[in-house]
Amino acid sequence: MMLIKGVRLYGEGDPVDILVRDGVIAEIGPWLDAASTQELTDVEVIDADGQVALPGFVDLHTHLREPGREDTETIATGSAAAALGGYTAVFAMANTDPVADNAVIVEHVWRRGREVGLVDVHPVGAVTVGLKGEKLAELGTMARSQAGVRVFSDDGHCVADPLIMRRALEYTKALDGVIAQHAEEPRLTEGAQAHEGERAARLGLAGWPAAAEESIVARDCLLAKQTGARLHVCHVSTAGTVDVLRWAKERGTKVSAEVTPHHLLLTDERLATYDPVNKVNPPLRTESDVQVLREALAEGVVDCVATDHAPHAPQDKDCEWSAARPGMLGLQTALSIVVETLVRPGLLDWRGVARVMSEKPAEIAGLPDQGRPLMVGEPATLTLVDPHARWTVRGADLASVAGNTPFEGMELPGVVRTTMLRGRVTVSEGKVQP
Amino acid sequence: MKHLLSTDGLDPAQAVAVLDTADTLKRTLLGREVRKLPTLRGRTVVTMFYENSTRTRVSFEVAGKWMSADVINVSAGGSSVGKGESLRDTALTLSAAGADLVIVRHPASGAAHRLAGWLEGTGTGVVNAGDGMHEHPTQALLDAATLRERLGTIAGRRIAIVGDVLHSRVARSNVHLLTALGAEVVLVAPPTLLPTGVESWPVAVSHELDAELPALDAVMMLRVQAERMHGGFFPSAREYSIAYGLNERRLSLLPEHAVVLHPGPMLRGMEISAFVADSPRAAITEQVRNGVHVRMAVLYHLLAGEEEAA
Repeated sequence: MMLIKGVRLYGEGDPVDILVRDGVIAEIGPWLDAASTQELTDVEVIDADGQVALPGFVDLHTHLREPGREDTETIATGSAAAALGGYTAVFAMANTDPVADNAVIVEHVWRRGREVGLVDVHPVGAVTVGLKGEKLAELGTMARSQAGVRVFSDDGHCVADPLIMRRALEYTKALDGVIAQHAEEPRLTEGAQAHEGERAARLGLAGWPAAAEESIVARDCLLAKQTGARLHVCHVSTAGTVDVLRWAKERGTKVSAEVTPHHLLLTDERLATYDPVNKVNPPLRTESDVQVLREALAEGVVDCVATDHAPHAPQDKDCEWSAARPGMLGLQTALSIVVETLVRPGLLDWRGVARVMSEKPAEIAGLPDQGRPLMVGEPATLTLVDPHARWTVRGADLASVAGNTPFEGMELPGVVRTTMLRGRVTVSEGKVQP
Repeated sequence: MKHLLSTDGLDPAQAVAVLDTADTLKRTLLGREVRKLPTLRGRTVVTMFYENSTRTRVSFEVAGKWMSADVINVSAGGSSVGKGESLRDTALTLSAAGADLVIVRHPASGAAHRLAGWLEGTGTGVVNAGDGMHEHPTQALLDAATLRERLGTIAGRRIAIVGDVLHSRVARSNVHLLTALGAEVVLVAPPTLLPTGVESWPVAVSHELDAELPALDAVMMLRVQAERMHGGFFPSAREYSIAYGLNERRLSLLPEHAVVLHPGPMLRGMEISAFVADSPRAAITEQVRNGVHVRMAVLYHLLAGEEEAA
């Protein structure tokens, strides 16, 4: 048994205690130890005075790099980073080597995740064989495997062929699945290095135009509407995409969308140093995009935050810009960036944080026991956050194998103190509990 | 000045100082049989070219040799670069081996900036000899030297840069330097070959070459790279040449005193006709000649200038 003392649920109301028994929230109330002193022997007490209790976070978009690039991240290190970031479930993207486009690979990832046991690791299945965009992968076999795949994505690549995309959307209806699209019209982004705008043009970096994202999102929304299928849009990065999503949702399209922490905080102003820690796909956009994305997330037009945690080896970042690989760490900084960009400016309260970090992503992925309300009888899958503490990001201190991060040296608000997965403490006082 | 990475943000006074030094060097060497000054004796300059280049590499090499520096040429093909060594490791190796100055040309925009970062604290300086589509500062300086020589002044002059501005590091460096020196710059190109956000640059923009010519003091023709011709940036070489090529008829629309520049290599018959290229109005070989003096001046300011100041 465990007793969490002095937390405010969703940062609301008076502090309460939470009694956890057999992985489930058994009681919630003030002064539980005083009220039931007789019964409460052999109880582990977690002093969470002044902290905020939230349902455990769910990340729809994580690159765990295993199998293939264990020199940058493994399922074990990525799970640790996730738990430290307050996550209790992550979706491992399919662009591993070999690609997770078949039942063998997705079951391997799923099994390794269970062995590590720090977060629920749900493999994402590739939409097409080898992420090549030509032929549907065996979506049904992956769905019916032990891994129970429900989210399919060629992330890193766009399912650019409109007919393949249409078939993928239609086919996953029978699997109760969702296609998570990396929206990037490849013909419009050949050689692209950075957001197409004044800054990249001045620096001589080939542009990645906003329309390359927006045109695919618009097309896919039309296809989703046509087929009645569910579409999820990965890493929304432009104000124009927000407009398209708003329009599509208004006409009843089954579309959801995510935004990354880095697109909520950083802009293409970062290009000036040519330091590839800032290189990411889709690229960092403008200040006005950032502002629109924050408001869209608060409003719900963009449903959730997903990290696009993408570790890269030092040699793939400490090089010239065009030779560098796109992507950045995200799991351990996500909450703090949401606090910095939305909670502090008053766009989102803690109830809203629970929605965008936990409830919505769990709903999109169809996870029955994640993103649950903090109520008696619900799984004790939760995150305790110190809302007043601040911390300074040091890449070398993060749990990931790769240590390069654009947030290096930034001082951010909000510290995850405890993470609990079905009653198991995975992080205590900011330390992983293996 | 420790590095010369771009003309963006280059202090105009500093630029003028380099141009003045180049003038002095040119006058000093004029008519001399042995064109060698002892100034940089014992200093080691390494040229590191990751892209094919004849004129720029040779120009730097000659400049170094005329200043008595030891010049070593590294080309991407004939070194450990070809074995997949990173730019960072190559630079650190050259610095450790005693290079006082690394002159780099690289297909990646920002490569010279990255190099300067990696070499921080080593005492090795960096000259950008062209990085991707970003900048080519010594080209802009030699263009400015040529314009100053031909026109007397740069301030208040109207200079057109014609052609593939989008992909041109020469254009970017010239826009920064010429505007900093007080010139009016007009970019003339089809919209497909203009950078995004060019409206915010301190320049005028035009799609009509004929309309611009009568008011110009100089026109700088940019090379049309073969890969652009097939990239759909314009329908055909023929149409491009008709709309933006500098030919005899267009030359006659320029004022009498106006100068024609081209950074080379030229595509005769494409962006510039043979008649124009060979006319006395063209300063193309002077650009090459001034290139050596300007690069000597750059080497001087980077390698000897500080000592003199101290």
